[in-house]
Parts: sequence; structure tokens; C-alpha cells
Amino acid sequence: MRDIVSVTGLTKQFDRLTAVEDLSFSVREGDVYGFLGQNGAGKSTTLRMLLTLIAPSAGKIHIFGEDIAVNRNKVLGKVGAVIEKPDVYKYLSAYENLQLFAKLSGCRANEKILMDQLAMVGLDARARDKVKTFSQGMKQRLGIAIALVHDPELIILDEPTNGLDPQGIADIRNLILYLSRERKKTVIVSSHLLSEIEQVATRVLIIDKGKKVIEGNASELFDPSQTIVEITTTNNERAFLLLQQSVWKEYLQPRAALSIRLKLDRKQITALHHSLVSMDIELESLQPRHSLEDYFLQVTSGNQHVDTYTGRTL
Amino acid sequence: MWTLIQVELYKIFRRPRTYIAFAAITALIGIIQFGLKLDGDTYVDFMMRDINSSITVDGKILNGYQVCYIVLQVLLVHVPLLIALVAADMVSGEANMGTLRLMLTKPISRTRFLLAKFIAAMTYTILLLIWLAVLALFLNMVIFGTDDLFLMKSSYVVLLKKDDIFWRYVWAFGFAALAMTTVASLGFLFSLFAENSIGPIVATMSVIVFFTILSTLNIPVFNSIKPFLFTTHMIGWKEFFDIRVNESNEAIIGSIQNPWRIVQSALVLLLHIICFVGASVWVFRKKDILS
Repeated sequence: MRDIVSVTGLTKQFDRLTAVEDLSFSVREGDVYGFLGQNGAGKSTTLRMLLTLIAPSAGKIHIFGEDIAVNRNKVLGKVGAVIEKPDVYKYLSAYENLQLFAKLSGCRANEKILMDQLAMVGLDARARDKVKTFSQGMKQRLGIAIALVHDPELIILDEPTNGLDPQGIADIRNLILYLSRERKKTVIVSSHLLSEIEQVATRVLIIDKGKKVIEGNASELFDPSQTIVEITTTNNERAFLLLQQSVWKEYLQPRAALSIRLKLDRKQITALHHSLVSMDIELESLQPRHSLEDYFLQVTSGNQHVDTYTGRTL
Repeated sequence: MWTLIQVELYKIFRRPRTYIAFAAITALIGIIQFGLKLDGDTYVDFMMRDINSSITVDGKILNGYQVCYIVLQVLLVHVPLLIALVAADMVSGEANMGTLRLMLTKPISRTRFLLAKFIAAMTYTILLLIWLAVLALFLNMVIFGTDDLFLMKSSYVVLLKKDDIFWRYVWAFGFAALAMTTVASLGFLFSLFAENSIGPIVATMSVIVFFTILSTLNIPVFNSIKPFLFTTHMIGWKEFFDIRVNESNEAIIGSIQNPWRIVQSALVLLLHIICFVGASVWVFRKKDILS
């Protein structure tokens, strides 16, 4: 599978705030790429940089093999996007909005094509109604219809289920699956909810405070037999170097400030412990995380999160 | 580019706010016409009270041309606000609605997008002035008829022959369009820096009021900057109604007293438009869309 999106060393600095720092990832053809992170983690900033809405402070973005900074229009012609709320012209009808954006996308869509597009998102019956009378869910679906009107190869959806009721969330999830499986589109979908990404994504990237935490295949990341082991030692830097030179290299996750993380099978934990002792690494703690969600909350929590069932602070 | 301009014009003319200016101009001119039709003679008596003893004017002073001049003098001070209502909303309104980010995810260059918006704002400005011309000139010609135009300037009077007036109005409206486009380009520039329309509208009007005060103040220290203020040149349309006289002190039909001053004013306004639009493009190309 070829890389549709390739991001290298992407950084965005707003005055003194670093929103995204040295982020690298790639999205392959046919992926439903889950972009996961807490609110303010840098997801929207990254997606806006992919769409040239924000200029990167450093780094390179290639989409369809083209440098987005050089061939912007050529690339965007093959991309459809909904960034945050799908705001459209409230004084126009759904049909008029779709027609207007089809024109801007360089798409010569006739009435049948536009109505089919609205039917796909379940808005054909409300095609002639002004958007100001629409619910949030309907606006979201119209936004997706606009993103798809020119039949793009890559679809970018930023928090597409925000503000939707359970039925609306299910509709969007089904639509993403339909686009991926039936229409063979590559989709990047961001969310701060792991459960949403878990149900649709084939590959996942978790970011926190603008930095990559973990990237991998969803089937592996969400595999219940797999776990993230977090270790702290008296000298993390030395321990990380030793692990890099050992058989555990392939299990190592990107460096974190205060700990070392490895993703492995639960059964390997004892072997890891023995290796650490044999390498003369002085352990302070070794904690297997129960699930990706547990790990996600741990690594991405700026503030404390409270488990509503147990009252335990994570 | 043409598609972009079409889309922008479509958006402008589908918004109810656009028609506020057309409705306001219609109402204001309607009131002036009603008042002058009802009590125009009193107005003329008041206008002529100081010179009645020294000048006798034959014919109908309160004619369509006269009423048009009165309307233009009154309205061209207020039209900038109506222009700013739309021009200063062109980008900030989209940022406020959240549609700007959706527009810019489409395969359109930012420069073309912005220029299409400016051309649409300029078209709106020109259409507003055409509407003003229809009501203030053509309708008044129908209602009040036509005759010679008698104008009282600060230290002299001008009498323009009936057949020597219409072309002056055509040029005057053309010049007014240039002046109002300058206002539109200023509002357009301000609209890049805000995410609601109120700020840019107020900022545009504040600059116009401030510069107008500076332009009209007769304080020597400000005299050196007056030629560079666009507000000084916005009233250049009045120059079309100043006529040259020959050695026998007779008016030369078809002449303008100081055409170079009109050209100079037009160039200053044009330069301002180029600067404001150029600055808009420069800012917008680098702008991060965070709305």
C-alpha cells in the first residue's frame, strides 16, 4: 500500500505555545486512520496544517506524493474535509450549499448527482430547506456531503461526532465504514474518544501535547492480549539505550519524559523483568497497563481523570 | 476566477443584510423627494435669502438636477457606512460563520479567493451607486423636471446650462464609485483581522470620520498631510460642477475649471485602493485560519 499522507517533523509554534512538536506519521491507501488525543492535544492544528489552513513552523507534508506547500491546489482537489463544526451558509438551503461547494471544488455536478449525494447522508427530503432550520446532526451530515461532493480520494474528518446524539454518532460511524469499505476511500478521523476510534480505525495515532505518543495498527493496539508496560528506573536514559541495543528494541515506544514504555504481550512481562535485572538496570517501577484506554488516559491526561465507576483517580 | 466571482456575488445577494443599504438609500431619497415636492419653494427661498437682492435667476431653480445635487451632498457622507456594512463583512463574516475554513479547504488559491471577494464587494459598491443614480438623478428628473443648475459655492455661484449638466453627473457618479471603492477596500482590509463584522465596520467608519475631520480642519500643521488623506479626495466629484469662464466672464460650455485636480484625486484614490487590496492579499496569504 502506498503512502497517501506522509508527515515529517511537523511543528507549529504559536508565539510561546508549541501546539505540535516534531510530529511524523504516515497514512496508507485505504486506511481509516484514527487520530486520537485529548482536547487541546494538537489534533485540529495538525489536520489544519494538512489542509494548508495553518502554515507549519517546521516540517514537511506530502499528500499523494506532492509537497502540499508547493502543489496545494492539485492536492486539495483530491481531498474532502470537515474541520470541527461543519459550518455552512445558514441562509442557503442544503442543496444550494452543496451546489456552491461543488462549483468551488471544480466539480460539474448536475441535480441528480447532488440529490444522490444528499440522499447518501439522508438529507434528500430536506434538500430545499434553509440550513438555519437544521439540527447539529443534520449540519454534520451536510458537511460530510460537501466534503464528498467531488469524489475525493482522501477524506479528513475532524471530530465528526462532536455534539451528536447516539443515533447521530452511529450514523457517522456507519458512514465512515461505508466510505472505507464500499467506496475504498482513505479516511483520517480525529477524536478525543477512544471508543469511537476503536470501532472504525484500521490504524491509530495517539498524540498528547503536540507530540506523538504511539502509532500502530488498530488490531494490534486494541488487542486485549497486548499491553503497554511502563517502567521507571534510576537512570531512564541509560535504560532506554540498553533496551535499544537488546531484543526489546522492537517493543520500545517513543521516548517519554519520565518513563520508558514498551508494547508487548502480557506473557512477556516476566521475561522483560528478568532482562532488566540482567542488564543491571535499577528498577523503580514496572506497571502493565490494563488496556489501551487505560494507557491512553494515563499518557494523555494533563489533569486527573476520574473513573466514574470506581472513583479511582487514574 | 469567474466561477469564484459568481459564487461571491451569489452569496452577497442571497444575504438579507445586503438589501439594507438599498432600502436605506430608497427611504432617504424618498423622504428628501417628498419634502421638496411638498415644500420645495420654502427651501429655495431659504437657499437664496442672502443673494436674492443681487441676483435674479430665471427658470425653475428646484429641478431634478438641483435635487440630485442636494441628495448627493447629503448622502455621499453616509454611503460609506452602507458600503462598510458589506465590504467589512466579506472575510470577517465568513470567519464568524465558520465557512472560511471550509472555503479554504477547496482547491482555490488564497489570492484568487481574496481578489474574487474584493471584486464582488466592488460590484456591490457600483450597483449601490447605480441605484443611487437611478433614484437621485433619473427619478428626480421625472418628478421635478429639468432646467439649469444653480449652485452656491463658498465664495461664488455657478450656473450650468441645462444641456451641459447630464454628462457631469455621469462622471460625478463614476468618481463617487471610485471613492466608495476606496472605502470598500479599507473595510475589506480590516475584515481580515477580525472574526465578527462589527469591529471592521466600526474601524472603517472611525478612520473615515477621523480623516474627514483632519481633512476639513483649517489648522496649518495638518495642511501638509491633507493631500495624502483619501478623505480629502473623496469629495472630488464636486469638481465636475465647477465651470471655466472666458475673458468676458462667460461660462465655457462643456468645460471643467480644474480637470487636473480631478485626475490627481482619482490617482490618489486609486493608489489607496491598490495599497489596501495589496496589503489584504499579503496578510491573507500568510494568515493562519484558526476560526
